Amino acid sequence: MSAILLLLLLVPAAGLLALYAAPAALAARIGTAAGTVTFVLSLVLLPLFDYSKGASFQGQIDLSWISALDLHFHLGIDGVSLPLLLLTTLLTALCLFYAQRTSAGGDRARPFTALLLALEIGMVGTFEALDLLLFFVFFELVLIPMYGLISHWGSDAANGGATRQQAATKFILYTLLGSALMLLGFLVIHAKTGTFDMVTLQAEHGLGMTRAAQGLAFVLVGIGFGIKTPMWPLHTWLPDAHTSAPTVGSVLLAGVLLKMGTYGFIRVGAGMIPAGLHQYAIALGALGVVGIVYGSLACVAQIREGGDLKRLIAYSSVGHMGFTLLGIATMTQIGLDAALFASVAHGLITGLLFFLVGGLKTRYGTTDLYALGRGLYGRARRFGALLVFTAIASLGLPGLAGFWGELFALIGADRPAPGLNVTVFHLYMAVAGLGMVLTAAYLLLVVRRVCMGELTEPCLGDYDLKPYELASWLPLAGLTLLAGLWPAVVLAVADPAVNHVIGTVTAIGARR
Amino acid sequence: MNTLAFASLLLPAFGSAVTFAGGRDLRHVKFWSTAPIALALVGTILVAISHGTGGTSTETYTIGTAGEFHIEIGTRVSGLAALTAVLVAAVALCVQSYSTSYLGGEPRYASYAALISLFTAAMLTVVYAADLIVLLIGWEVMGACSYFLIGHYWEREIARAASIKAFLMTVAGDVPFLFGLIALGVQAGSFQVHDVIASADGNALSHPGWIAALLLCGVLGKSAQFPLHSWLPDAMAGPTPISALIHAATMVAAGIYLVALLYPVFVLAPDVLVVMAVIAAITMLGAALCALAQTDVKRILAYSTVSQLAYMLGGLAVNGRSQAVYLLIVHGFFKALLFLAAGVVIHRVGSNELSRMGGLRFRMPVAYTTMTIGLLALAGVPPLSGFFGKEAVLGAAYNATGEFAVPGRIVLVAGLITAGVTAAYALRLWLGMFHGPFPDAPHEHEERIEAPQTELIPLVLLAIPAALLGVVALFGNGFSQVVGGASGESGSLLGAFAVDLWPGGMTTLLSLLFVLGGAGLVYLFWRRDPKADPAVPLLGSLRGLLLDGFRFDALIGLAVVRPVRAAAKLVAFLDENVVDAYVRGSGVGARGLGTVLRRLQTGSVQFYLTCLFLGVLVMAAVYAYVGTVS
Repeated sequence: MSAILLLLLLVPAAGLLALYAAPAALAARIGTAAGTVTFVLSLVLLPLFDYSKGASFQGQIDLSWISALDLHFHLGIDGVSLPLLLLTTLLTALCLFYAQRTSAGGDRARPFTALLLALEIGMVGTFEALDLLLFFVFFELVLIPMYGLISHWGSDAANGGATRQQAATKFILYTLLGSALMLLGFLVIHAKTGTFDMVTLQAEHGLGMTRAAQGLAFVLVGIGFGIKTPMWPLHTWLPDAHTSAPTVGSVLLAGVLLKMGTYGFIRVGAGMIPAGLHQYAIALGALGVVGIVYGSLACVAQIREGGDLKRLIAYSSVGHMGFTLLGIATMTQIGLDAALFASVAHGLITGLLFFLVGGLKTRYGTTDLYALGRGLYGRARRFGALLVFTAIASLGLPGLAGFWGELFALIGADRPAPGLNVTVFHLYMAVAGLGMVLTAAYLLLVVRRVCMGELTEPCLGDYDLKPYELASWLPLAGLTLLAGLWPAVVLAVADPAVNHVIGTVTAIGARR
Repeated sequence: MNTLAFASLLLPAFGSAVTFAGGRDLRHVKFWSTAPIALALVGTILVAISHGTGGTSTETYTIGTAGEFHIEIGTRVSGLAALTAVLVAAVALCVQSYSTSYLGGEPRYASYAALISLFTAAMLTVVYAADLIVLLIGWEVMGACSYFLIGHYWEREIARAASIKAFLMTVAGDVPFLFGLIALGVQAGSFQVHDVIASADGNALSHPGWIAALLLCGVLGKSAQFPLHSWLPDAMAGPTPISALIHAATMVAAGIYLVALLYPVFVLAPDVLVVMAVIAAITMLGAALCALAQTDVKRILAYSTVSQLAYMLGGLAVNGRSQAVYLLIVHGFFKALLFLAAGVVIHRVGSNELSRMGGLRFRMPVAYTTMTIGLLALAGVPPLSGFFGKEAVLGAAYNATGEFAVPGRIVLVAGLITAGVTAAYALRLWLGMFHGPFPDAPHEHEERIEAPQTELIPLVLLAIPAALLGVVALFGNGFSQVVGGASGESGSLLGAFAVDLWPGGMTTLLSLLFVLGGAGLVYLFWRRDPKADPAVPLLGSLRGLLLDGFRFDALIGLAVVRPVRAAAKLVAFLDENVVDAYVRGSGVGARGLGTVLRRLQTGSVQFYLTCLFLGVLVMAAVYAYVGTVS
């Protein structure tokens, strides 16, 4: 198994080298091949993974890398990282395939594909790393390719929004600032415990660190992960970045990059410095639910003349990721299940939404809600049906993937961990509930605007789903349905692992 | 038996998937939209027979474990579930076969039929659910199907607005409902219906009043009760068979079904029962008055549904669980009949407006006969089923004692008056559609414009239970025992409070007087001028207000829609100008810092060393701070 974990990093790297060794015309194909091989390799993990020991780290490799910095090349996965890892390889493979047919065609295929593969290395590494410094390295590695994608392949927002260069700069400055604070937080942890080893740190659940030190460390790493998640009010890089990014960039940004924030909160926040999380849980929950309502209101505001569909979906991420924060803030097993489930579901659903908007853009050359034309049900009925399916999934319809995360977060909030104020969390439930209604409102308004309505003038873009679109989109739709009807596909792996992560949190609450 | 029930709910889902996949081939769609539901109907009937009387049986499989909670699919068959499932499958089959000719020629027929099948599966999921979360899945999928079907004619503005309104209004109720379910599950330690009912029976719930109130919100949304009622009349923008299935017979009854299912929880909260009674009273009378004023046939029937559902809710508020369930079932049959018959008429006449109809009794004899049966049942004329249903509820209100006495009086008074209004609008509808002068053609005997057989057979099939289900009342407390007595199927209490459905003397006499009075008034006004609408002189200046549904939508617009729009604008402004301002500010700051740094690049090694030193000092200070806080 460790060999596969290593290969998941090496195959994209090999693809990267092959890109420049082979003729440029083959670049996109090499990319697709590397992405597919990586995905298939990651699927092999499924039978190899020992589900009875989902809580422990499996397939570990531990090599000392730079002993002066106490940096180890330490990889391994457990039930928390496995679903996110699979999500990453799946989305990247689909993106590479989709890009081969769209943006990566042409003379700039080589750098574009190279950036995507570099991105994959960073993302996979983040979820595999078991050493805090190594985690940091991979976490940072992701930023640069994404910067390149936005600044070179992005588009300038219409209606006087940010240019792609501005959006890219904002993205990199913002997230770099977060990472710097996060690193400082890791240093605090190291200063107190003397190790960067995530296995040890998680097993000890912050033992040996005082409450105050854990609190300080949590604030530092919390800001870093909060920016990534994104947590209100640290979200403002997101709408610009999404609006400007090319389709596959948006898909990976929403589908994977945001999950690195959630993953960090679960792994580092809840697992290693639980007392720190405990001190700030009320604040974290508050920011989460404010984000839910704020994000959905911002979406409602986009439904106007000149409103941008891509920007709307970006804001919807703020709302959806608010549920993951609420789940984590409850510090319960089911709350962390919620965060993980909501992350996977958001990756599938919002990834698909960005793909669909990309499809609309290829067809009609715009993402302006009022310029797209109406009556998509009539102009391209399969496309319209898929769009409405995704919208319904995104609003959290029970029976589809988006529901479980919200449900579990609310169950967690109904009875949060000992020591957390129950009344406050009940208030959070009410606020989150308001957000759920608003979420339904803006998604259905989008459907009404785009899918329904009298047919506008027929135009060149009125063609239904193409085979390559079906191939890259249907897996996401299928998994959305599967995870919705049979939540065990995520929970069977995640639940025991999450239980181990949260382990003694209840004990911490009781110790106070 | 549980396996059979599970198969019955999977069959329509399977049919839906095949219909979706099959494209627009008409024969394929017709077969796969009807055959699986026919099988499901057979299945539900067999389940009901083998279940017999009393008790429950549960069989589940875990589909996911999160923390201490297991999500279980599977079925829980009780008397209540078994009977309701038969109603659902029967009405769904009638509607699907009716639709084969009613909408068969339309290009969107395939997706329409598939959605009806999916809806049927979802409703059967609600009915047979053994787990509250699975129940919720069915509950919401039904809502989504309803949304799509109301928006079936999506090129019409009225349908677009109605579809989104229906979904949002029910979701507004469903969110508190979800909280109620969560509170139940967390307190019972399990989302299994069985465990939840057991913990309510054992009085192990804290704050049952809150839980019942939260659950009630969802019921009000789904069953279109005040103040979440106004989506249902608008939902008539969908095709008529949909109105029959979803917006009259089954989905809107799901709210009532849920209260009956979790009745032990509601019994623990007497205050909520009073609220329930008040809401039922307001809704039944208000909706009946609106029905009297409407001129659109489907809107009359829609308001009538709202009013009848309020009867059921009222029955539940006064400890009349069996009576409410009985009314639910008979109403399902006669209201589906009314809608389908009205659909036949609307299709041939080409308009929903009552003023465009008249004198159709000779031209459409089957529609006339069946609709007469349906309207007599609706008006509560003996010996049709509706009479027994209504009398059972009124009797329960009359006999309510103890903590149910207050709601009992409220429901009784409102119910009697509503009985009069109901008879009035039923008669007005009947006279307006089938009697009086024919609006366009003078030769009313000339040609028959009867619908095809596929549409008429369901009418006849539905007319039989609509007319004869009153026979159940002959069995005394038999029905009550099947659906589990007053407190529901809680095992130990089974059959302890079985109640008689036979109408009581006093209430029957009074309600018949009201029926005669209401109908008589309409008849007198109609006699004076058969061409005019009897509601105009009858309601006078109130008519405008009632036509508008008490201007309730304007109120919603003012109280909800406008504040949300304003808040959205505020957020958009804040996000552009305040939250993002400090970010852009820091961007400017960074550029300024860059300028400073350029100036600092003096090449002076001494200067660099100073900076390095300062940096080390800062880092040391951070470490020192970390040291001190420990």
